[in-house]
Amino acid sequence: MTEIPTPASPFAYAPAPESTSVVDLRTSYGLFVDGAFVDGRGESFTTLNPATEQPLAEVAAADAADVDAAVKAARRAQERVWGRMPGRERAKYLFRIARIIQERSRELAVLETLDNGKPIKESRDVDVPMVAAWFFYYAGWADKLEHAGYGTTPVGVAGQVIPWNFPLMMLAWKVAPALACGNTVVLKPAETTPLTALLFAEICQQADLPAGVVNVLTGAGETGRLVVGHDDVDKVAFTGSTEVGRQIARAVAGTRKKVTLELGGKAANIVFDDAAIDQAVEGTVNGIFFNQGHVCCAGSRLLVQESIAEEVLDRLRARMSTLRVGDPLDKNTDVGAINSREQLDRITELAAVGEEEGAGRWAPDCALPSTGYWFRPTIFTGVTQAHRIAREEVFGPVLSVLTFRTPAEAVEKANNTPYGLSAGVWTEKGSRILWMAERLRAGVVWANTFNKFDPTSPFGGYQESGYGREGGRHGLAAYLQEENR
Amino acid sequence: MLAPMAAPPTAATPSSVAPTDPLGVAGSDASLRRFLHGLPGVDQVGVESRAAGLATRSIKTTAKAYALDLAVSMVDLTTLEGADTPGKVRALSAKAVRPDPTDASCPAAAAVCVYPDLVATAKQALGSSGVKVASVATAFPSGRAALDLKLADVANAVADGADEIDMVIDRGAFLVGDYRRVLDEIVAVREVCARPGGHDAHLKVILETGELATYDNVRRASWLAMTGGADFIKTSTGKVQPAATLPVTLVMLEAVRDFRRATGRMIGVKPAGGIRTTKDAIKYLVTVNEVAGPDWLDPDWFRFGASSLLNDLLLQRQKMRTGHYSGPDHVTLD
Repeated sequence: MTEIPTPASPFAYAPAPESTSVVDLRTSYGLFVDGAFVDGRGESFTTLNPATEQPLAEVAAADAADVDAAVKAARRAQERVWGRMPGRERAKYLFRIARIIQERSRELAVLETLDNGKPIKESRDVDVPMVAAWFFYYAGWADKLEHAGYGTTPVGVAGQVIPWNFPLMMLAWKVAPALACGNTVVLKPAETTPLTALLFAEICQQADLPAGVVNVLTGAGETGRLVVGHDDVDKVAFTGSTEVGRQIARAVAGTRKKVTLELGGKAANIVFDDAAIDQAVEGTVNGIFFNQGHVCCAGSRLLVQESIAEEVLDRLRARMSTLRVGDPLDKNTDVGAINSREQLDRITELAAVGEEEGAGRWAPDCALPSTGYWFRPTIFTGVTQAHRIAREEVFGPVLSVLTFRTPAEAVEKANNTPYGLSAGVWTEKGSRILWMAERLRAGVVWANTFNKFDPTSPFGGYQESGYGREGGRHGLAAYLQEENR
Repeated sequence: MLAPMAAPPTAATPSSVAPTDPLGVAGSDASLRRFLHGLPGVDQVGVESRAAGLATRSIKTTAKAYALDLAVSMVDLTTLEGADTPGKVRALSAKAVRPDPTDASCPAAAAVCVYPDLVATAKQALGSSGVKVASVATAFPSGRAALDLKLADVANAVADGADEIDMVIDRGAFLVGDYRRVLDEIVAVREVCARPGGHDAHLKVILETGELATYDNVRRASWLAMTGGADFIKTSTGKVQPAATLPVTLVMLEAVRDFRRATGRMIGVKPAGGIRTTKDAIKYLVTVNEVAGPDWLDPDWFRFGASSLLNDLLLQRQKMRTGHYSGPDHVTLD
């Protein structure tokens, strides 16, 4: 194969920034408790735009008294209003919320991009449409619970703690099924991305959702601990790191609380020599560079059959060279900003370890903005199972490339991780897809695609990737009482 | 594409002599078949979602101005009707030379594309303007005629001065797996395109992707045409639906990109039929830029087979220049 240098394109895309005028940013935000915005008693904090490091707003932090007030409000609403309401009435509220999300989609997308740093094309084309779809889907279940097979009795009050990588989408994954089943929620968004959850609270007001059904408590890790640890919370749902997941599992051990945990991953994207190579390369790029790699199910390990490894890598590098990194609000940006200084430091550190351990580091030569948190899309070649970058979750745009010789070796390597959230298989042979899917220890196995989500499809992990399923009919189980099944 | 190593890439200028079978895969029917069937598959869902992703690029201001001029310069202004007359062809030729009579900065179109019997008329009308004359040939659009008739069709157009020949492949032969027959026809047409004193007519090979139906077939037909010595691979005749689509063009752009890597030789791509708006044309240019690469952003390597597209490009150009939209009465109808 001849090496063709990539010339500078005369077709330089002019900046195409999405306007922020649609977002009405306030200087400070309170907590959303019992249907109203209130001041927090904790020490307020600043949320930044990670692309510019400029402050966006002051946000209240909830202390123990705030958490108690929110849980009380949720309990009251659950017992007096929401839990008693017929499913078809609850559905009306959920459908209304879904429609308002669609109506205000641009506002939600822009705010998500401002607070999180993800490219506007992702918040606009993936996150927000998915959020609406999730509410529509679970609205449909609200009056059909008796047909789902998990009983019809809600659990009660759900304490939900969500991460910063998909702030709104994770909110939808948690809130929609909980509400559909007749539960009320106390939701704690991530410290670095609280704004869209607060806008969602406004949408709840707009939809006339009864007070106390949805409560949003902003704050740092301590607020999350208080929500999870509150005695009157019946159900805990968490998405985030395996480390925090362990703490939560310990905190609720021996209590009556139901728990679902959606934790880390180190997914393998497995490319066989008979794969549709261009699409496999595209899927690999999407698998790891989508959302800056801040995806728990990211395909952070590329397992490629040795016989085509060089060719796949050539194509992968060429494709990565066309990724556009920069202003998340620009409609042509493919890779946005890293969400926080802390996360950037972690990615930087693990990448340095990868180099020290002898893996070959490569990143396209792209200019990065001078302020903000940025990391070039990066691949490491010559990685082995013993490397830390092959074992630890980087949660950033860093791909480790490993090779295999046979299908059995691919399975062995893919499964050789304490995680087990997702996997991808690329082959034109249908029988091999089924053979692999039977053996891969992962909650989701994608065939000839990656990072595809749908509200009808359950999602969740094996081993240290957590337990419980979100999405689909299965996603109802976590929010309904077992004894009545 | 696990193609063997080959000569380093040539300079990006159209070569007048296209070597047939540069990869040495057409030695026997069996080896040709093995080669084409050994090409990596194309995943339909994946390629369509990639095309849809590229179509969301937002091309504004200076980038749009560049794209508009480039697109105008890539148009093969086409008339392929039974009702074509010398008058119609002369009008179209004038339009190709000066697409926007109110704006001297507007580039000329790339070519005028006509049936063989009107090549002489077009040639005369275009004179030394630099706008090429392209002629469809080989019993266009169906290609259902004996080989000697097809070659006579080509010879006629070449004799009348056609700069470019747009031939159709025998889709029937392709679909029954008779790749040799398809290849032999391309090679034969290629020979008829040669002119004794040099200045061969460039050969565009129309795959008629709407009849090939699958992306795997589009990829195989692309490699088959390039192996046969095509200078350009072209999607469609415009007489069959669907004509050009973005994913089909994307697959063909991958093919020319990979062929260049394997052989060092650059082949052009021409989507034809169904591209009517500036918005669509820009999506194609984005795809050219990001899939084949910037080297293809040149009328020597990428063309639009279109008729109504040109006026929409002109309206958009006027809008960029004056700041407001005019209307269909401010561009010429030819």
